[in-house]
Amino acid sequence: MMALDLIPTAFVFFAAAPILLLLPHGKARATWLLVLPALAGWQVWSLAPGAAGQVQFFGFTLELMRVDKLSRVFGLIFCLAAFIGNLYAWHVRDTVQQIAALLYAGAAIGAVFAGDLLTLFFYWEGTAIASVFLVWARRTEGAYYTGMRYLTIQIGSGVALLVGAVLFYRETGTIAFDRMTLGSPGTWLIFLSFGVKCAFPLLHNWVQDTYPAATITGTVILQSFTTKLAIYALARGFAGTEILIYIGAVMTLFPIFFAEIENDLRRVLAYSTNNQLGFMVVGIGVGTDMALNGAVSHAVAHVLFKGLLFMTVGAAMFRTGTSKASELGGLYRTMPLTTVLCLVGAAAISAFPLFSGFVTKSLIIDQTAAQHYPIIWAALVFASAGVLSHSGIKIPFFTFFAHDSGKRPKEAPAHMLLAMGLAAFLSIFIGVYPDPLYALLPYAVDFVPYTTSHVVGQLQLLCFALLAFGVLMRNGIHPPEIRGIDLDFDWTYRRFLPDVIAVVAMQTSRLWARWEQFGIGTISRMISGLYRSTGPEGRFAQTWPTGVMVLWIAILLGVTLILNFASHG
Amino acid sequence: MATEAAHHTAMSLAEQLPVLQVLVPFLAAPLIVFVGHRGLAWLVAFVTSAAAFVIAGLMLGQVIGGGVIYYHIGGWAPPLGIEYRVDATNAFVLLLVSGISTIVLPYARQSVASEIPLRHHALFYACYMLCLTGLLGVVVTGDAFNVFVFLEISSLSTYVLVAQGSHRDKRALTAAYDYLIMGTIGATFFVIGLGMLYMATGTLNMADLAARIASQGANRTVIAAFGFIVVGMGLKAALYPLHLWLPNAYTYAPSAVTSFLAATATKVAIYVLMRFMFSVFQPAFLFEGNTLEFLIMPLAVMAMFAASVIAIFQTDLKRLLAYSSIAQIGYMLLGIGMLSQTGLTAAIVHLFNHGITKAALFMGVGALVFRTGGSFFDRVQGMGKTMPWTSGAIVIGGLSLIGVPGTAGFVSKWYLVQGALEKGWWPVAVLIVVSSLLAVIYVWQIIEALYLQAPAKDIPAGEAPATMLIPMWIMALACIYFGLATDITLGAAQAAAQGLLAGSSGMLSH
Repeated sequence: MMALDLIPTAFVFFAAAPILLLLPHGKARATWLLVLPALAGWQVWSLAPGAAGQVQFFGFTLELMRVDKLSRVFGLIFCLAAFIGNLYAWHVRDTVQQIAALLYAGAAIGAVFAGDLLTLFFYWEGTAIASVFLVWARRTEGAYYTGMRYLTIQIGSGVALLVGAVLFYRETGTIAFDRMTLGSPGTWLIFLSFGVKCAFPLLHNWVQDTYPAATITGTVILQSFTTKLAIYALARGFAGTEILIYIGAVMTLFPIFFAEIENDLRRVLAYSTNNQLGFMVVGIGVGTDMALNGAVSHAVAHVLFKGLLFMTVGAAMFRTGTSKASELGGLYRTMPLTTVLCLVGAAAISAFPLFSGFVTKSLIIDQTAAQHYPIIWAALVFASAGVLSHSGIKIPFFTFFAHDSGKRPKEAPAHMLLAMGLAAFLSIFIGVYPDPLYALLPYAVDFVPYTTSHVVGQLQLLCFALLAFGVLMRNGIHPPEIRGIDLDFDWTYRRFLPDVIAVVAMQTSRLWARWEQFGIGTISRMISGLYRSTGPEGRFAQTWPTGVMVLWIAILLGVTLILNFASHG
Repeated sequence: MATEAAHHTAMSLAEQLPVLQVLVPFLAAPLIVFVGHRGLAWLVAFVTSAAAFVIAGLMLGQVIGGGVIYYHIGGWAPPLGIEYRVDATNAFVLLLVSGISTIVLPYARQSVASEIPLRHHALFYACYMLCLTGLLGVVVTGDAFNVFVFLEISSLSTYVLVAQGSHRDKRALTAAYDYLIMGTIGATFFVIGLGMLYMATGTLNMADLAARIASQGANRTVIAAFGFIVVGMGLKAALYPLHLWLPNAYTYAPSAVTSFLAATATKVAIYVLMRFMFSVFQPAFLFEGNTLEFLIMPLAVMAMFAASVIAIFQTDLKRLLAYSSIAQIGYMLLGIGMLSQTGLTAAIVHLFNHGITKAALFMGVGALVFRTGGSFFDRVQGMGKTMPWTSGAIVIGGLSLIGVPGTAGFVSKWYLVQGALEKGWWPVAVLIVVSSLLAVIYVWQIIEALYLQAPAKDIPAGEAPATMLIPMWIMALACIYFGLATDITLGAAQAAAQGLLAGSSGMLSH
């Protein structure tokens, strides 16, 4: 397999797409979609560190394969995510989705190995264009418009990256993609571009807009790549940039409020993604070796456990046709395996000891304390409790338990169970035995997750929340959706906080809606104005009488002559 | 072959290349009329055009290193005789014009057959040859008055070619008529400018003109001449707001004619503008005139936006592309207006890249017209499924039009932005990027119509014939090729820009 080593990994995926078209529909294609990420993963695994695949592109040397520990671990997890996602989508017979999934994974992996900003840009846009088809594949009008919004934002991020790269090149004379210092317009634009993909606060709406709108399998694939790519890019380019700490802290906090009141469980998970990304962003912002390790390992763990949660909710949706909390419930009777798997995902995201979230997130939280950011540390702990409430409890509770919806769907199909099982196994494996993951991380890991204080501290937080939840359930105070969730805030913090939170959340979303309405109104007024003047019937686009054209010539000649004579003096 | 003038005594064919460039298509036109047979007419036209392409390629090979070919018609030395003068700038444009013509002609065979009655075919190809002659002649000559003569040859034949669209839509006649009026006024302005120059300097040879203007400096006559020439040529180049003839002419002309003209005619006018602004008049004179900065640049930026916005709202695909052309010409003029090596390089590269891009797009639209009988969105929508190859070529062309990296359009816009930044013109750089986003919108309209909407009921299914697809795809692949391999285009454009910026000294070396 010498030849394989010479091909950039992204091209393996791109080459696979036309081959897919040649295969007959059905098992052959689905198998090919599994073989390929495995093959690519094996290639990444066996890659020697260093740079390869240099290409000349009008005067620039593009570096297609920069292999170091940072890019390698992301390359591996992306291959794994593609494998799990495709396994989950074994039943899908839609060529568009299959091709899109391949190209999307290829572009994301290509971006991870890009050694310069121009190559990064190519793949950056590639992920945008390939992934939008996963949204459109739902083939509803709503999905179409969501896809358009998503595409606009993602392409916009790419344009910002390109412009940033141009400016960066003018400032520094290089397009190499290495650690940068914020300050010049070029680096700020690049930062902004990463920020859009990473769903920084106020740039985050595309996540909640898109993830619930994609197909069931599409969401699983979508959630793996784009935001993690942004995390990689930030870790590569802006590690140790202090502003990231505060941005990340806000990211961990604000989605909680929205996630609490949201009814669509896939949207709840999308908010929870924001929150988890926040932890990683804080880790990157702290920027010590350990914090970066934490961010990277948390990204890896997050791909797995968030994928798992999306897959379990997706399986419920696959069987019942809805992902709304108000319409689900009681599914554990007929979908026991999915329920257990969902609980594993919930435990992992809530960072229960022996699950992956515990060994990765504690790296980050510890570093905030070690680097003397007590407020940030407190925010992250608070956010961890939030994670428990909206992802750890809300997702499994309202899907599989809670009030009985009366639905008795069949257990999820075997391939979905396999995919979920693989993700669940890895989530537990990492939690129990983190050393293999730690070995993959960019820096040497000097950290023991299972100390008494870590475990006890975490268990205190988690068990009391669960206990309180359980007691209320026992006593027959059947908590309606929101109050049940508020309960652990009750215990963790103060009694009145939930009400405050509810009010704040309501007001914020109302304000936001009003602002949005105003924005949309203004824009549509502008567009209709433009249409009146420049549309096919408009003044500017009509066929003008010859006399008017001649008048313009006369005016322009006059202006030219006056200008010339005047400047001649 | 940048040698001295005495070589016309040698009878080697290679040394006659400059005159052959014009003579071959010029003689082909009457030949086609004499032959009169419609099949042969096409063949003669194609062979002629291919020969012109080879000639242009040979000449570019000779001058790309910075050399200049001087050729004296009939052995009469300038300023008495007419001199043909080929350097990197015009060799590049010659290659573009003859190349586009050679690729459009195979495409034209079936497209023309479906849009123009058989009995007009021989005359159509004769006109096409005359138009090609005129365009090549304008570019190859080193004599200012000769420019005017060839300009009229190309213009008059263009009016006829545009009017041929009347068999599909009668409005082609008024479009041709408007174009005739406007084109004639433009040419008149140009010749008035030449007259003033002659008055002030006593010569019409461009090199001599340049030398005398350089030595005597600017006076009112020269300045007025400059104004007339800029406005006259600006009109031929569809400089906003003198673009009003263009949308109708491109929309109603036969598809093959539109493909050819959109890729060449305005580009040739841009070339003449550059030649006069930089070589004949002194760039120093330009600073004095401020014309570039206060007239051309603002108009160019206006074109980039106004025409793009109009394009967004169009419901006729051909018209949409016509307005997009006006916007793209804005980019070229912007590059010229920067008056720097990078800016001029960008303008010249964009001239070429936009030529191939628009050729691909208009050929694609022509194929849609060929099958569906119209270019309105409601006719062509949903054709992505039934005409995948045509639609694919249109998408590639559209991406290049936006300036997506990896396509030709990106290379020129990259240089344009670099040029703006070099000058420290931040807002201009931003405007270039923002206007490209407008291109994203109108290209998206096309993609949406082709792929995301259901086809109209009565549309016959089927892909366009191979004779149309192959030329279209050559152009589409060229959009990608020149987006990745930029040595040829950038090398030629940089050499050309250097020659132009050298000002009159670039003209004086013989």
